Amino acid sequence: MRFRHPKDFLTGVMFVSFGSAAMVLSLGLTIGTAAKMGPGYFPFALGAFLVMLGSVILLRGLFWAKGLHGWPVLQLKPVAIVLVSVILFSQILRPLGLLLSTAALVVLVSKASHEFRWKEALLNAAVLVAIVLVVFVYFLEFQLPVWPSFIAGRI
Amino acid sequence: MELLSNLALGFQTAVSPMNLLYCLAGALIGTLIGVLPGIGPVQTIAILLPTTFALPPVSALIMLGGIYYGAQYGGSTTSILLNVPGEASSVVTCLDGHQMARQGRAGAALTVSALGSFVAGTFATLVLAVLAVPLSELAFKFGPAEYFSLMVFGLIGSVVLASGSMLKAVGMIVLGLLAGMIGTDVTSGAHRFTFGIPELADGVGFVSLAMGLFGICDIITSLEKREKRDILKSKLTGFWLNKEDLRAAWPAVVRGSLCGSILGILPGGGAIISSFTAYMIEKKSARNPENFGKGDIRGVAAPESANNAAAQTSFVPLLTLGIPPNVVLAMMAGAMMIHGIQPGPRVISSNPELFWGVIVSMWFGNLILVLLNLPLVGIWVRLLSVPYRLLYPAILLFCCIGLYSVNNNTFDIGLTALCGFLGYVFHKLECEPAPLILGFVLGPMMEENLRRGMLLSRGDPSVFFTRPLSLAFLVLAVAMLVAVTLPGIRRGREKAFKEE
Repeated sequence: MRFRHPKDFLTGVMFVSFGSAAMVLSLGLTIGTAAKMGPGYFPFALGAFLVMLGSVILLRGLFWAKGLHGWPVLQLKPVAIVLVSVILFSQILRPLGLLLSTAALVVLVSKASHEFRWKEALLNAAVLVAIVLVVFVYFLEFQLPVWPSFIAGRI
Repeated sequence: MELLSNLALGFQTAVSPMNLLYCLAGALIGTLIGVLPGIGPVQTIAILLPTTFALPPVSALIMLGGIYYGAQYGGSTTSILLNVPGEASSVVTCLDGHQMARQGRAGAALTVSALGSFVAGTFATLVLAVLAVPLSELAFKFGPAEYFSLMVFGLIGSVVLASGSMLKAVGMIVLGLLAGMIGTDVTSGAHRFTFGIPELADGVGFVSLAMGLFGICDIITSLEKREKRDILKSKLTGFWLNKEDLRAAWPAVVRGSLCGSILGILPGGGAIISSFTAYMIEKKSARNPENFGKGDIRGVAAPESANNAAAQTSFVPLLTLGIPPNVVLAMMAGAMMIHGIQPGPRVISSNPELFWGVIVSMWFGNLILVLLNLPLVGIWVRLLSVPYRLLYPAILLFCCIGLYSVNNNTFDIGLTALCGFLGYVFHKLECEPAPLILGFVLGPMMEENLRRGMLLSRGDPSVFFTRPLSLAFLVLAVAMLVAVTLPGIRRGREKAFKEE
């Protein structure tokens, strides 16, 4: 079958899934009555509304949308590299310290660009490590683990 | 004369050397980030929010105000020089501003945009000061039912005036409201949607959400584009306006200021709608409308004044009613709450020096932008020639460090990555993230007022329709919804956003 508006269809699917998840999770909480609402009341109502709304958008995407629309075009490389490097940074910041994490983040995330060059990325990392040290550690005095934990003796 | 003494109090707070310094720093950093192509005020505030955490609340808000105006001003600079609007509200500025730059009059365009913004900012600051006290007194008469209806009205308004599909925007609001439920329920103490993760007991961090949806998502989508920018190589000269320019520009500035001040107060209004409307008014009322789009100075003066005026007056609903009218103000509301200030009518009475200090410092921020940014524009332009492949790792790095410093934990960084991923999905499905942020900020307040209202009425929902003010807000909300679905207005709305 042809999807008239795949983006609308997928949006509908997304809303319906978030909405039903909210409803299911709210059932685990006290719903209460209209006069004495429990913690589950409002989220349950919102979830139900979202499911309803999502269904309309879903059906619109399937049957009612005017004209034919394309599927969303995805490029996996940028999104994957950016997210992975952010998560990596969060994981290595404490054990390896700010300096190494900064260098790793900058070099890795530079790979996401189609104009990536090793030399440039390394240079950029060096400059940014210096900036981070001066601005965040010395100037703004953020509480950051600068050195790797095995050197600084943190646990 | 109460107004004067209030403003005097504000001056005292604003001119303290520390606060002036923060205002200056905010304006400079805001411009610095805002001038980067594709980064508008929302992204700028999201990225820079953590830098203000260490400051006392007054200074933090003053600095954030500076960041906001700086970012907006930076956006106009790129619009004029590069034809790359930093944010939606400066799209209109591109039309004539960039044409002026192509004709070698970039200097004049930048000057008129700065001066227009300053005049409009001054006017709007006065509007804000005049309206604040009566409106907040009105707000004290509101019960939970009125508040709930007002929030419904505000949320619907933000959807109606936004671009794109309305159904999707309503869905995004609901999603935002649900995201606001995550964490500990204030009334019962129950953990909601926390999945047993202790870090989520306090709810999703506002900074994580905003930075993920705007900052990180923006980097990913810009990396997908692979666009080449043509950079204006010619020298910037001729910052002075000649007599002819002045004669053409000042009525446009006045009209733009008025238009922006009014539209800024409305829910969903703010910079985008007002700059667009001001441009249309100029074009429609001009004797020679064919000049527009070809470098007419009025086409720069009016929208730039309007968006600055609106930026200022959109603080009115936030500071008096506690309702952020658009996404930038939702960011401000989030920032205020992080600093332990609940935006709303109580701010004026409980924190007068904060309230008036922030208002007056807005005016100072505008002054600083005129005095500093015109001479510094050469530096901003040079910054634009730094290739994006070197800039985005730096932006991402500062985001990560800022995130860590919010709570000194790495969980927030991971959460932001998740929000960034969601933001990317929303982008691909053409769902605007702005309504989600509004819903997120208003969610807890909305639930609380709904609960209280229903408790007081013993479960009778008619309380929302029998109290006159509450009814009025709901009727207005429905009227707005009906109005945009009428075929004539709908076509006009679609056309309006296409022309943008």
